[in-house]
Amino acid sequence: MPAHKRLTAAIAAANDTGRPALVPFITAGYPEPGEFVNTLREVAEVGDVVEIGVPFSDPMADGMTIQRSSFVALQNGVSLQWIFQELELAGDLGTPLVMMSYLNPLLAFGYERLAKRARATGVCAFIVPDLPFEECDELRTALEQQGLGLIQLVTPATPDKRLETLCGASRGFVYAVTITGITGGDAGLPDDLSDYLDKVSSISALPVCAGFGIREAADVVGVGEHAAGAIVGSALVEVLESGDDPRPFLRSLGGK
Amino acid sequence: MKSRLAPDDAKALLQASINGELPDERGRFGPFGGRYVPETLVPAFERLEAGVREYLHDADFQKEYRRELREWVGRPTALSHAPRLSKRWGTEVWLKREDLAHTGAHKINNAIGQALLAKRLGAKRVIAETGAGQHGVASAAACARVGLPCSVYMGAVDIERQAPNVDRMHRLGAEVVTVETGDKTLRAAIDEALRKWVTDPSGIYYLLGSAVGAHPYPYLVRELQSVIGTEARQQMIDQAGGLPDVAFACVGGGSNAIGLFYPLLGDDIELIGVEAGGTGDGLGQNAATLATGTPGVLQGSYTIILQDDDGQVQETHSISAGLDYSGVGPEHALLQATGRVKYVAASDDESLAALEELCETEGILTALETSHAYAAARKWSQENPGKRVLIGNSGRGDKDMPTLTKYPVRIRTDASA
Repeated sequence: MPAHKRLTAAIAAANDTGRPALVPFITAGYPEPGEFVNTLREVAEVGDVVEIGVPFSDPMADGMTIQRSSFVALQNGVSLQWIFQELELAGDLGTPLVMMSYLNPLLAFGYERLAKRARATGVCAFIVPDLPFEECDELRTALEQQGLGLIQLVTPATPDKRLETLCGASRGFVYAVTITGITGGDAGLPDDLSDYLDKVSSISALPVCAGFGIREAADVVGVGEHAAGAIVGSALVEVLESGDDPRPFLRSLGGK
Repeated sequence: MKSRLAPDDAKALLQASINGELPDERGRFGPFGGRYVPETLVPAFERLEAGVREYLHDADFQKEYRRELREWVGRPTALSHAPRLSKRWGTEVWLKREDLAHTGAHKINNAIGQALLAKRLGAKRVIAETGAGQHGVASAAACARVGLPCSVYMGAVDIERQAPNVDRMHRLGAEVVTVETGDKTLRAAIDEALRKWVTDPSGIYYLLGSAVGAHPYPYLVRELQSVIGTEARQQMIDQAGGLPDVAFACVGGGSNAIGLFYPLLGDDIELIGVEAGGTGDGLGQNAATLATGTPGVLQGSYTIILQDDDGQVQETHSISAGLDYSGVGPEHALLQATGRVKYVAASDDESLAALEELCETEGILTALETSHAYAAARKWSQENPGKRVLIGNSGRGDKDMPTLTKYPVRIRTDASA
């Protein structure tokens, strides 16, 4: 079974128990590189899928929180190479992983080597926010050769026809960006979100997970009525930043 | 993705470039270019690309654009012979005077063209980034001219060193947004402008100021800046009696250089782009992207960038804010790979000395960016006496006074030379 199907299965398993899947996002090695494996274990205990962010010098789709976490992680020496080493140390977490990275660190690492290392360390798929469908063939092919997926993002600005293409090309799940904006917004979720998520869910054969601007239990419940899962990034990174155990926060949002 | 070209490919790509066939339909200049943008912006880029296709070479648009260049920008800009500098250098030196264009630099050629395009595309507001502030001032002026509100993103470091331009933008009615993130210079300003654009991709027009970024910007900016080289080519024939042997232009993102070089690609003219050599060769000491960088994706384009082994983009140093950038336009990456254009670096000190020499000999206070082109042309002249040299004098140096006041004027011992 290709690794990306583990993502689909984990989301379906959550849905079978009558709740949306919870997908926590953490910036690798933030706030303390030495705590990464611990944090990962804690987050994997509650999350159905864990999204690991690879820090990048120019996170153009991210708001202040993830920009800050990326810069600090980079200053602390976090790199893709290091992340894979840590994942090896962590061993099987029992929760499937996805990796979020801007394109350039992946290019520098080399696609074939990336796909092999990712497969060996339990990463099932990649999310690449600055790689639109038109440019993704080379990476997608390299990943699929190892059974890994490239998750496509769709947004409220995506036209219907394109939505079909992207949903068809995605693997594991479809990442539905909730807002026209960057991560970490606190302006609340848009009023017409449910129509948009219903539309994406009706088009996609894969489960749809909604991300951007999801900060509290009510957001997860609201999103869960129209999508298979919710991705929580900036709000979780802020909890980790304050040094708190992430589990109580994640449990307050649902999760395992 | 490849960046090294086989000799036959290089030859074919150069010919395609001269024939005006690049970028291709995917926005590629050979291996370079493309469109690496967040999904939210894809429809906006598609609209922009369709708009460029519909309007840029449309007769009505061109008529309006040419009229604005003539009556508002003040084109054609002069071609000046530099007799005293020629005497010193031992070459015949000619200057394409973009400093005489409205708002004081070549940036206005692009800004007014894109502002007219934004108007036609029904934009509600314009955002722009700026390094030296020249593109910010040009955007503010162009937006006032066409009646669109304008916000300019500018790094905190640049706001300090280019203070006169910040005031000018305010006077021209633009909002100046201080960027405190990242390296607080041009790269961070572009990142922040992109983040803003994502919040309203259909209402905002992003007026990008250099020949960088995702397709169609490198193409659009080149087309709007090519007026520099087209004019200079004809003026050289009319005034100097023939084409130059060599042409120099400074390169940050590379908009004035591509504007000067593109119409000269098919001629037998040596073309030399001059990057910022800063204070040394080490990573972080300069902004000599083409000289020391490697291929990667930055801010929407596959091009040559300054990065470490992990693909993290590196901070740069240059005395000139306009060259202080970790990337370069993808067409320059191709022109380097084909060998058609040579890229060299000039240091902070060499550029300051060149600025001073031009003031002294020709009565022109040129921009710190432009000074880099002079520094390289000066060296070249020593090895090529008697040749005819064209320099793209991309902008004026008034904006650099806060930096220049830190360097006292040297006592001139030979005022008559």
